[in-house]
Amino acid sequence: MASSIVTPPVVKPKSLNCPGCGAAVEIRGFAHTLNVVCPNCLSVLDATTPEIEILQKFQRKERIQPKIPLGTRGKLGNVAYQVIGFQRREVDSGGDIFCWDEYLLFNPYYGFRYLTEYQGHWNYVRVLSALPVELPALGKPSVEFQGRRYRHFDSLQARTNYILGEFPWQIRVGDSVDDRDFVSPPYMLSAETTSGELTWSFAEYTPGSQIWAAFQLPGSPPATSGIFANQPSPYEGKPGSAWRTWLWLTVALVAIALIFSMTSSNKEVFQNTYLFTPGSKTDASFVTPTFELTGRTSNVEIALRTDLNNNWAYFNFALINEDTGQDFDFGREVSYYRDSDGSEGSPKDSAIIPRVPAGKYYLRVEPEMESRTFQSMSYELTIRRDVPTQFFFWIAGLLLLIPPIFISVRAAGFEAARWRESDYASSTSSGGGGDDD
Amino acid sequence: MSAPAANCPNCGAPVTFRWSSAVQTTCEFCHSILVRTDVNLEKVGEVSDLPPDASPIQIGTEGIYQNKAFVVIGRIIYEYEQGYWNEWHLVYNDSTNGWLSDAQLEYDLSWQIAPPEPVPASAYKGMKCQWNNKSFEVSSITNAHYKGVQGELPFQYWDKSDVLFADLRTTDGDFATIDYTEHPPLLFLGRPVEFDDLHFKNLRLFEGWS
Repeated sequence: MASSIVTPPVVKPKSLNCPGCGAAVEIRGFAHTLNVVCPNCLSVLDATTPEIEILQKFQRKERIQPKIPLGTRGKLGNVAYQVIGFQRREVDSGGDIFCWDEYLLFNPYYGFRYLTEYQGHWNYVRVLSALPVELPALGKPSVEFQGRRYRHFDSLQARTNYILGEFPWQIRVGDSVDDRDFVSPPYMLSAETTSGELTWSFAEYTPGSQIWAAFQLPGSPPATSGIFANQPSPYEGKPGSAWRTWLWLTVALVAIALIFSMTSSNKEVFQNTYLFTPGSKTDASFVTPTFELTGRTSNVEIALRTDLNNNWAYFNFALINEDTGQDFDFGREVSYYRDSDGSEGSPKDSAIIPRVPAGKYYLRVEPEMESRTFQSMSYELTIRRDVPTQFFFWIAGLLLLIPPIFISVRAAGFEAARWRESDYASSTSSGGGGDDD
Repeated sequence: MSAPAANCPNCGAPVTFRWSSAVQTTCEFCHSILVRTDVNLEKVGEVSDLPPDASPIQIGTEGIYQNKAFVVIGRIIYEYEQGYWNEWHLVYNDSTNGWLSDAQLEYDLSWQIAPPEPVPASAYKGMKCQWNNKSFEVSSITNAHYKGVQGELPFQYWDKSDVLFADLRTTDGDFATIDYTEHPPLLFLGRPVEFDDLHFKNLRLFEGWS
């Protein structure tokens, strides 16, 4: 083509020699590279001038080995990128120094991307040209970007404390930027300000295993420690769906309870009124006439209505199958006391015997009272077959509450742990609900 | 495509135009800057060496944006405080022209428009403007100067050195640039584009990347 004189057909990478130590320095970013670090003597070199001026020398007792070596290529989102630069940044948080690593990725057509890593947490980052909208602050400031709301996480001053490789901008050890981070997991927006220039970048939390696979790194990625600002919650959306499930199950349970109460026959099979006088010499126990329990295996209710007043009674019962001799033994205490302060207990009582098969039955009754009172008791005994009960449905309803409460508590715990690392750590539960949807 | 041919008044090499509205071009052999007059070409200057450049785009690169094919016919290299950027001059297959900027491989397409309202005579950071029902905010004021030109351009740019740009951004990525070199100032509207959106052909090749 016409332009072949001005632009050679294939652009070749250049290399230079460090004016400080003579070591060969490889340039992978072509003419984009402004500064490059001599891997041998850690001099920061100006790669744009033929004289290769030394811009800075920094000394470190310990050499840092980037977890992804410079020159490594990997495919991210179907585009091959090469790691060409590395910097370690630090923040001084009240005397505690926290460090994280940033990798500069390059493709001669697709441009520059970044990877950041802090304690095993990786983010894939690109610079934004659109401006997120800062929302009026009511409490925690937030920004909106592409219909998503990001909440302010922290503001910090990041200082570069180690660099390797090459950069398309001027860089020195000791450079610092003001950074504000806004999160909406798995995304994070960062606003970096250097000498009045504001740059927004967009980060997506990326599991280390994906990075390892993309760059075909040996071994496995370092384990994560703690919870990162934009790390997606493993409970994301789960409290909501657990509560929705709970709602449907509860509706179903209520429906079943209604069907049960509507289909129970609730049939009175026996009723009689008796008088009991304590202290009488005769044996207090007696049996009722035989009655028929029909239908499905179901419950039987024994109900008592006494005229007790400031007194108690105890009843031994046995429901006995006339044919098989199978019996259901139980005892009930009925007591009722009242004075000017109020009352305690009830003169009425009822007990339910579950799962009684159909058949001919009679009830053995043995009342007891304190014999010193000489007060007789009149009571009405009612036996009903297949009465509707809500007890089991209440238990089931309570059990159904356990999963959603458990998941909600765990989700809130995760968010609390996330926000403990933020600028809002002092107000303990500032995380609130993680659901932004 | 129209290709009016002429000869370079300096070295006699053939000079062709891919765009009939081009006002200025460069001779690809002797690097003379040539301005088209009614009758012939006039040498008005000479291009100094272009800075080393790693843009994947070159004169003759073709692409398609939203079903409209374009070809790169010219270029302005601007230098500013933080380095260089390229404004590639495009002609579309409907004979309209536009610009493709490449700043550290961040690509933007832009078009000059007739301002719907007068453009403010001066700009400051944070200033808000409204064009085509969109609000723009001045995000930076850039002092730049010409580092080089190449190929066909819609204006005579050979005699200008310093330019003042106001860059305006929106919340959805669209942007505007006011070029304060002219009176009245020129207004360009644009939007960022992904590399893959442009379906390029005839790009430069980079060793080790194919």
